[in-house]
Amino acid sequence: MATKFIYRQLQGNETKYYLFLCLIGIIASIGGFSAYYMETNGHHVTGMNNHIVWGIPHIFAIFLILTASGALNVASISSVFGKAIYTPLARLSGLLAIALLIGGLLVLVLDLGRPDRLIVAMTTYNFKSIFAWNIFLYTGFLAVVIIYLWMMLEKRMNHFTKTLGVVAFIWRLALTTGTGSIFGFLVARQSYDAAVFAPLFIAISFSLGLAVFILVLAAALSADDRPLGVYIVTKLGRLLSIFVAAVLYFVLVQHLTNLYATEHHGVERFILLEGGIYTGLFWIGQIIIGGFLPLLLLLHPRFNGKKFNVYSAAVCVIFGGLAQLYVIIIGGQAYPLVLFPGMEITSSFFDGAVRSYIPSLPEVLLGIGGISVAILITAIGLKALRFLPTSLEDSVTDPNVNKAP
Amino acid sequence: MMNKNKEPHENTNTARRKFLAGIAGAAGLSIASGVTLFSFAEANDKTGPVSSKVRWGMLIDTLKCADGCNDCVSACFKENGIGSTGRPDTDPQWIRKIEVRNPKTERQISLPMMCQHCADPPCVDVCPTGASFKRADGIVLVDKHTCIGCRYCMMACPFQARSFVHEDLTDQKTDIPRGKGTVESCTLCVHRIDKGGTPACAEACSDTAGKAILFGDLNDPNSEITRRVEKFASTQIRADLGLDAGIRYRGI
Amino acid sequence: MWHLGKVILIYIFSGTVFVFGFSIIVAAGERVATPEIPKALATIEEGHAEIMRRNHMDLMIHKRNKTVHEGIRSEKYSLKACISCHAVLGDDKKPVSAASPKHFCRTCHDYVAVKVDCFQCHASKPPPSLVLDRGSSSFLSKQIQEYLR
Repeated sequence: MATKFIYRQLQGNETKYYLFLCLIGIIASIGGFSAYYMETNGHHVTGMNNHIVWGIPHIFAIFLILTASGALNVASISSVFGKAIYTPLARLSGLLAIALLIGGLLVLVLDLGRPDRLIVAMTTYNFKSIFAWNIFLYTGFLAVVIIYLWMMLEKRMNHFTKTLGVVAFIWRLALTTGTGSIFGFLVARQSYDAAVFAPLFIAISFSLGLAVFILVLAAALSADDRPLGVYIVTKLGRLLSIFVAAVLYFVLVQHLTNLYATEHHGVERFILLEGGIYTGLFWIGQIIIGGFLPLLLLLHPRFNGKKFNVYSAAVCVIFGGLAQLYVIIIGGQAYPLVLFPGMEITSSFFDGAVRSYIPSLPEVLLGIGGISVAILITAIGLKALRFLPTSLEDSVTDPNVNKAP
Repeated sequence: MMNKNKEPHENTNTARRKFLAGIAGAAGLSIASGVTLFSFAEANDKTGPVSSKVRWGMLIDTLKCADGCNDCVSACFKENGIGSTGRPDTDPQWIRKIEVRNPKTERQISLPMMCQHCADPPCVDVCPTGASFKRADGIVLVDKHTCIGCRYCMMACPFQARSFVHEDLTDQKTDIPRGKGTVESCTLCVHRIDKGGTPACAEACSDTAGKAILFGDLNDPNSEITRRVEKFASTQIRADLGLDAGIRYRGI
Repeated sequence: MWHLGKVILIYIFSGTVFVFGFSIIVAAGERVATPEIPKALATIEEGHAEIMRRNHMDLMIHKRNKTVHEGIRSEKYSLKACISCHAVLGDDKKPVSAASPKHFCRTCHDYVAVKVDCFQCHASKPPPSLVLDRGSSSFLSKQIQEYLR
């Protein structure tokens, strides 16, 4: 593969760029203010309570963290698996991974009851806790990807790219396993305590990461008037369809196993049938919009040679991923703990009853603030350094197109 | 450590007990004039740290627990300075009464539920900073100095025993520090135990007709609680999880 | 044509100049008086104030770990004892809480602008059952003196 790609900083309209930065900056600072509001007044101003302890901020945080890990996938495919077609995308993939992870960690940290104790969290560890391991996995991931990007950007270091690519690939598998294990290790709740959470989260990260990558790639290239050919978009779309199918598979395995065990019939009935919003989000949000619709958009021959189907599939996958996280995180907490199997229990602490959760504005603003920070970092990175290829049209990316001698 | 069990067994020699009480009363009176802020028999730098020779636990007899009685809950709230903000979803509740009904047999019991002080607590396993910890004598506590308020222990507890402080608190009791943004749960009245006392809920229950809560040292073969768990069948809630709770229940 | 790096450098430089200049102007105005730390309620041995002034942060962390993790609650390790001896009486002859700038810890911490979060959780007044009487030979003074020996 002889094509040398040229990477260049964003060169387009300066005014529009700075206006965009200002707008995103304002949204990010609104997120910051809502975090301050939550911390000063205490969490009673949010929708989270003693039963639904993790809410919208955690959905956004885990979404961003999984997407960060999955966004690096494109770079891994080129560096680790040697698919040269993806090489021009590797730099943006690394940048996006860093930006999304920082955004996600910000949301997670700002939602803590005592964010002023971050130093304590960074210096005092209980290594039996997967959370403690995750702190190392997340910060280590940032360091590894920064070095990986350095290897890619600096010509003299290019021969190290493959090694760092392997390190980054293994690291992100560990990171995503750690994130899934946050739920997989919990014995207390009927919907968690399953080993399938680790591979399920890896599959989710693959599909969400690629979906976000596709949209950011298309948006960045179009904002800078750079061409994006059908070939590469179709390739990415096919890859996305494999990942979406993988997610559907793991979800199927998870629920089939639960349905087999009589012990779990209560929680399965809740999620699949009687859970109100959780049932709706599961079937319509996660399975149809997040699963079957993207597969149709990506694989139906009617859409051959088009790009809009890939973009809309990516949007659907993102929506489905958020719905899935809502069902997992909040639905999992809403179902009551089974303290006395077979018995009906009531108490002043809402035992035995399905807990209610109404998202509040500060939480949503914080989550959106995290996304804005990720966008901000990506935008600044693209302007500052050479991450974006100047052209991804078919004549340069498609190996089947005849090249001029 | 003194065991403050107040329920007399039918074969007890009450005359000897009365004599001992008289002696204790006389001794107390003579010392009372010098009674200070700090009482005797507390763990201090001369007697050393608490050790695992002792394992504190409670035996709750659900057959004696009266439906509708909330004395243990009120005593706990009063002892620890827990108030209500009118927002039941976010108000802390260290102990609560649960009514359990068997839908097939219609049998109904009520029992108090609080932190079960497991020997193998999942909340301790998942805490990233180690703030949730188990003391050597079996009491599971939250070190509020290290707690960052991530609420992972609340997710992990199979008994929903932990509460999060959702607002600013003022006028905390001197012995029970509590603050916004940290997680808290039943401390087994550790401030009382360290001075040789009993938890407020056990004391309140033994003062009323219920007498359902018995507190004691599970490692002491001569304590009332050990004798009872040896003699009568008792279980732990969610025993299938293998957490070896220090709180045992009879009659569920 | 804007150059991003130059813009950032200009911001950093002007920000530094602004802050530096502003603080000089402010400092040239009035001086903040050093605080008057209230006397404790008991007489103590030599050196306690000097030791505490330098080391109370580390000592408090060490002692709180002893209390929380090992259950040692004797006078030397008890925050109650510190607060009781260092109680400051307000206008109503009752001890003030940390909400008042007359509180012992606040007299110094407000001056050095180091925020302490102890009293978000801990009671900042001695327990109500304690009788406080500055200058008298109450049991409190003797107790404090004994444990400090």
